[in-house]
Amino acid sequence: MKNYFDLTGRVALVTGASSGLGVQIAKALANQGADLAIVARRESKLLAVKEEIEALGVKCYIHCCDVSNVEEIKQTVKDVEAHYGKIDILCNNAGIGLFDAAEKQSDEIWQTMMHVNLDAPYYFSREVAKGMIERGYGRIIMTGSIHSTVGMMELPLSAYATTKGGIRMMVKQLATEWAKYGITVNAIGPAYFPSEMTSDVIGSSDFQEVIKARCPMGRAGRDGELDGAVIYFASEASSYTTGQLLSIDGGWTAI
Amino acid sequence: MKNYFDLTGNVAIVTGCSTGLGVQMAKALANQGCNIVVLARRQKLIDEVAADLTKEYGVETLAVACDITSTEQVQAVVKAAMDKFGRIDILINNAGTGGVAPAEDITDEVLLNEINIDLVGTFKMAREVAKNAMIPAGYGRIINIASMYGLVGNKIAPAAPYHAAKGGVVNLTRALACEWGDKGITVNTICPGYFETPLTKETLQSEFFQNYAHTMIPEARYGVDGELDTAAIFFASPASTYVNGAVLPVDGGYTSL
Repeated sequence: MKNYFDLTGRVALVTGASSGLGVQIAKALANQGADLAIVARRESKLLAVKEEIEALGVKCYIHCCDVSNVEEIKQTVKDVEAHYGKIDILCNNAGIGLFDAAEKQSDEIWQTMMHVNLDAPYYFSREVAKGMIERGYGRIIMTGSIHSTVGMMELPLSAYATTKGGIRMMVKQLATEWAKYGITVNAIGPAYFPSEMTSDVIGSSDFQEVIKARCPMGRAGRDGELDGAVIYFASEASSYTTGQLLSIDGGWTAI
Repeated sequence: MKNYFDLTGNVAIVTGCSTGLGVQMAKALANQGCNIVVLARRQKLIDEVAADLTKEYGVETLAVACDITSTEQVQAVVKAAMDKFGRIDILINNAGTGGVAPAEDITDEVLLNEINIDLVGTFKMAREVAKNAMIPAGYGRIINIASMYGLVGNKIAPAAPYHAAKGGVVNLTRALACEWGDKGITVNTICPGYFETPLTKETLQSEFFQNYAHTMIPEARYGVDGELDTAAIFFASPASTYVNGAVLPVDGGYTSL
């Protein structure tokens, strides 16, 4: 029996891995045998996640990084490559969700969102791809969103949607440029999952009504429901799949 | 270690399972422990496929000759599957056909035949399997194999009925996903690009098609055996419980351009 999804021997770097989706993603990869490098701002949280990942039987290296700072990104990638000798899988997951009504949104919110949600995934990809190109192999997975392709009536998400839409095209272009090096570049498109970023929003009973109306499955995502898609994209066998956005949204974007 | 992709005990119907991509996907599911109902029109071929699956993977199989455009035959195969296994967890709607001819030369007959097989047949299979197995069970995985030509047109292989039918399959996927999403059923579509199969290999290795790959496909090549397997397994497995109405091209990046 072939094990299509075995990641033993692979090294994965996951950003935004101190909480939320990043932790799920890191654990899913660890579950398949990959060694991890987890990146975020908060050291104490990273240390806690490191323990959980090592309990799955793989190695876990932590690195604090403010992803809105390109020099810190460069140093992080350098340090992870020095530590493990390579990076096979990059999960550009770090993201924030600041928002305000589009007509009065501050410059600060807009620019911070662009730096964290759009610039950082590009910078990490650029830096990690250098080594991937030399080694002739790579798997880059970006965290997109349903808002990579659809707007939102109930929340003023102009900055968030713009960055996630940008991720959609970044994936297509990077996939096109790097296909010849054995690198695939794809994105997952989650709908609403419980996390630090979404807990205020998802928790309200108003939002439950929104989900029932807009999502054919009538519910938010659950812990573990992203794992399969991430493992699929991270695996060697998905070699002919690149430039794609895979929706994990219960059907939200099918309506 | 969690096994996200275990299909032990599951039963899958795979249509168009006499050669090519259907057989590849059936093998991939069987590798994960899934029992397979092998469907196509030619009994001799499907008998061989079924025997191979049992021999290589140790799963149970049932080979039923079926023309998916016939409601009676579709109902009969669903009944046969339920009689033998008592369940149908997965349906891979892979059967399809596609002729190449300029649109102005395509006859009514050719047009209606392709739409009948590719779109109507897909719908009939989904309807009967959902009605008789998945909705009562509160669980199902329907995977429609469309094509990248369900998403875009093309200049080198005029095949208007095929594009229309496959485009229909893509949006049929969304329609069914919306209707059945809260019934424990997910409905998704894989849109393969060009794959080398016994049928297509010679054509794709010609100079014309090799040049075409270099200009139109970021990976500059066609898909090979095994490169569809993990997509089929992913959509068929318990790991994809929140993936519904999704469209996944597996095309070397063709639709990124």
